[in-house]
Amino acid sequence: MPLKPQKRTGLIFFPAFDWAISPCHPEREERLLYTQDQVFEEGLLDFDNIREYKPGIATAEDINRAHICVPDAGSVVTESHLISAGGAITAAEKVLSGEVDNAFALVRPPGHHAMLVVHGARGFCNVNIEAIMIEYIRHHYGPKRIAVVDTDCHHGDGTQDIYWNDPDTLCISIHQDGRTLYPGTGFRDEFGGPNALGATVNIPLPPQTSDVGFLMVLDRVILPILDAFKPDLIVNSAGQDNHYTDPITNMRFSAQGYALLNERLAPDICVLEGGYSIEKALPYVNVGIILAMAGLDYSHVREPDYDPLSLRQSPDITRAIEEEARAVMGLWRERHEMKRRVVGANRYMKRKKFIYYDTDGISERQEETVRVCDDCGGLVMIESVADTGNSVFAVILPGRCCPECRNDGELFFERTNRGKHIRVYFQDRERGVFLVK
Amino acid sequence: MILGIDVGGTHTDAVLIDHLRVLKKAKALTNPENLLSSLLEVTTELVDEATIDQLERVVLSTTISTNAIVQHKVDPVGIMAVSGPGLPPALLQIDSNTHILSGYLNHRGIEIATIDQEEASRIASRFRSEGIRNVGIIGKFSTRNPKQELELREIVRKLDHDPLQHVSLGHRMSGRLNFPRRIATAYLNEAIFRPYQRFVTQVLRFVHTRKITIPIYILKADGGTFDIAQSVEYPVQTILSGPAASIMGILATTGCGSDAIALDIGGTTTDIALFAAGVPLFEAFGVTIEGHRTLIRGLRTKSIGVGGDSVVRVREGRIFIGPEREGVAAACGGPFPTPTDAMIVLGMTVIGDAEKAAASLTPIAAALNCPVVEAARAIFDETCRKIAGHVRAVLDETNNRPVYTIHEMLEGKKLNPRTLYVVGGPAGPLAPELGRLLDCEAHIPIHAEVANAIGAALARTTAEMTLLADTERRTLTIAEEGFQTPIPPDFTMEDAIRIGREKLREKVLGMGAVEVEPEIEVVEAQEFNMVRDYHTSGKNIRVKVQVKPGCIADLRRGDALCR
Repeated sequence: MPLKPQKRTGLIFFPAFDWAISPCHPEREERLLYTQDQVFEEGLLDFDNIREYKPGIATAEDINRAHICVPDAGSVVTESHLISAGGAITAAEKVLSGEVDNAFALVRPPGHHAMLVVHGARGFCNVNIEAIMIEYIRHHYGPKRIAVVDTDCHHGDGTQDIYWNDPDTLCISIHQDGRTLYPGTGFRDEFGGPNALGATVNIPLPPQTSDVGFLMVLDRVILPILDAFKPDLIVNSAGQDNHYTDPITNMRFSAQGYALLNERLAPDICVLEGGYSIEKALPYVNVGIILAMAGLDYSHVREPDYDPLSLRQSPDITRAIEEEARAVMGLWRERHEMKRRVVGANRYMKRKKFIYYDTDGISERQEETVRVCDDCGGLVMIESVADTGNSVFAVILPGRCCPECRNDGELFFERTNRGKHIRVYFQDRERGVFLVK
Repeated sequence: MILGIDVGGTHTDAVLIDHLRVLKKAKALTNPENLLSSLLEVTTELVDEATIDQLERVVLSTTISTNAIVQHKVDPVGIMAVSGPGLPPALLQIDSNTHILSGYLNHRGIEIATIDQEEASRIASRFRSEGIRNVGIIGKFSTRNPKQELELREIVRKLDHDPLQHVSLGHRMSGRLNFPRRIATAYLNEAIFRPYQRFVTQVLRFVHTRKITIPIYILKADGGTFDIAQSVEYPVQTILSGPAASIMGILATTGCGSDAIALDIGGTTTDIALFAAGVPLFEAFGVTIEGHRTLIRGLRTKSIGVGGDSVVRVREGRIFIGPEREGVAAACGGPFPTPTDAMIVLGMTVIGDAEKAAASLTPIAAALNCPVVEAARAIFDETCRKIAGHVRAVLDETNNRPVYTIHEMLEGKKLNPRTLYVVGGPAGPLAPELGRLLDCEAHIPIHAEVANAIGAALARTTAEMTLLADTERRTLTIAEEGFQTPIPPDFTMEDAIRIGREKLREKVLGMGAVEVEPEIEVVEAQEFNMVRDYHTSGKNIRVKVQVKPGCIADLRRGDALCR
């Protein structure tokens, strides 16, 4: 066994054994049961360098730094979401205070499909636990460059939406091609807002991608971009539904692959996202990730039915992934020159979005306006109408906001009256101010 | 009448208790080579032919198992571990007699790979040729299905009809999950099997000599008792029963019914324990001894290196207490100043030579540039401050223990002790200041010098049981009982709880519980829908029941031993 440097790893384990969307829903009580069994039986909590912590409980204030909740945070979350987000915050706290070297929040419910504006639940998510954690970190530990690498099989569209205009938050998502899986987005031309081009990177992968394919993307795209971005912190949105046994996806990733990926990526914080092969994948994938994070030998971790030969990807898939990786890197190298072309002479840029909340059956129409700015992420204004009858307007100031965007934003908020909207919000991510009228 | 005996490493103590009253107490030196003589000596004054007939109960607590482990006076044990994938074997190794065997069960107890008969026979023969008489057989997830452990035992048995050979099976040690701990527990059970058997032989001779005809009980690590006949199979249950005896003694002499802190301040160390509403707290996963983390349910005690005889030093103008002890206090001829010397100088206690105590503090006073009395005061304060700091840390750790459901998280009860019990040599002088620092009312329990024997005498029979019902596989398993039975698909949580109560009642009565209806508590009851392909295919029901530690029936909560 090659000796690896051991790391102090924090574990926030909160399986929420008394919470489910509905009794047969994939996101139900049983989800982390076998993972807990495996973690306990392997005796992982007895390692001196693995420490378990109780999750904190997030507050409405924490949520309001990352979201515009309609009508308010209290209406869109339950205790379970507050504990799940609180667990992610605890993971961050333990890492930033230096108590541990890295931490894994094994919590549920997940959050990476929750977007900036929240009218209800989509993709099993109500609030974005990574974004709540990231804004908590910035509020308490100052501005930081943070990279989110979303390794869930579904596009991390919520996290992408929240940080679309933020040049200080790099959102990389690898996922099964959106043409074949929910939420149907995450193509490489989704590349960030006008002031944050290249801070959103999407690498869609063909169905049946196996360990080789994932690790190729890691080496050829993710690690080089991280090298260039130089983040203060790396967060892994650690979904486990790329596993070859997952019932709702079509990939061929294994527990060994997940462990290897986490060893090479070396995230500071992992936050559990999806993964619904609760009996055949999660126990092994999670043990693999925990061992890899703690710098312990994970080479003996494997699934009962693991057969690398039958999981090999075809040469066609390998070629398709190589092609995608090349294309993404080509685009990314041009990110600086791209702005002039995208922006033209516009002072403000608009994008329209239609958002469907599949879990709650809500439809939302949104118009997002961002001020073109060379000094910060730019002032953002959002007008959102949902078929619940709720219509809202929000003014959002970025972290490290420039004086002009601040001045304009404050003015817009001051002059906008409720009118047809049920609420008008002001979110100042730099100063942590949240106002509602 | 109840006879309680505590066989410690140095002293053997005994008490005779009748109706909440300590009638007699006695102390004798422990003779490790001849325990029988110590037992006879300590009981000479306590019982005679007339009182023997009135005895209802005899309970012993012993440090035999603990000492055998701590002093490495244990037998070699052959370990056969069925590990399967997961942690690398290198992280499991106990010693060169540990062998990893083929075979593999998954987390639901489903057999993924069978054991290799030939390989198992080969290893068993090797144990035999190497003169290893004790064997532990442990499988990963064997608590979910003991099949492979039982198969291996058959192979070992077939090979060797020698009655001296003894085998421990992992699934009988505990119902809890933790493979490395299961290995350590089975290992220790075998490692101390023979030393413990010798102890039992001596006790039975004592019983015979004294013509005692009632059952004899032994105190376990969890502060409860079990029948001596059962203890022979599971000696590992008696490790660390020393601190448990002392905690049960405090419980019996104070009738504690609230959150409380208990401190046992000795010469070298201070043991910290906590009570939640009068019930001593357990170690979350199992007790640890000499680096062996076990699955043995035991009372949670934290030992810190501060005691009456700790060495006192000054570095850079600051006082440091312990953690070393280099002998007795200077007043009693020891080489270094100690907190005890400070207490002598302050007139809080009268032991040894007060002048020697003062002389030992002179260099400390010089280093601190203050009079000797002031230095003594500073040492005393630092001792209390240090103990109180550790107590607060233990409390914080306990209150921050992870929980796994939203309900527990929101209802999370926090310990908030307002009562402090202090026993041990320096208890008198230290208790008031410790009480002040911890914002608690301080008490010094009566009969503290024989607290262990009292604790053993009055402890009730305890046990826990873990039930797992899998309605998809239609099986109910109580691993530690070696019990597995088919269940119908409509089996419910209520059924599981009912069976758990019945089985646990049978078990504690078999262990010698005095109460006909023992106080059974459901500690855990969880039910999960198992969903396959979007249909509920069955239920996974998990129930844990226990009889928690406490004093036997005639000492109800709030009562205490009379003076």
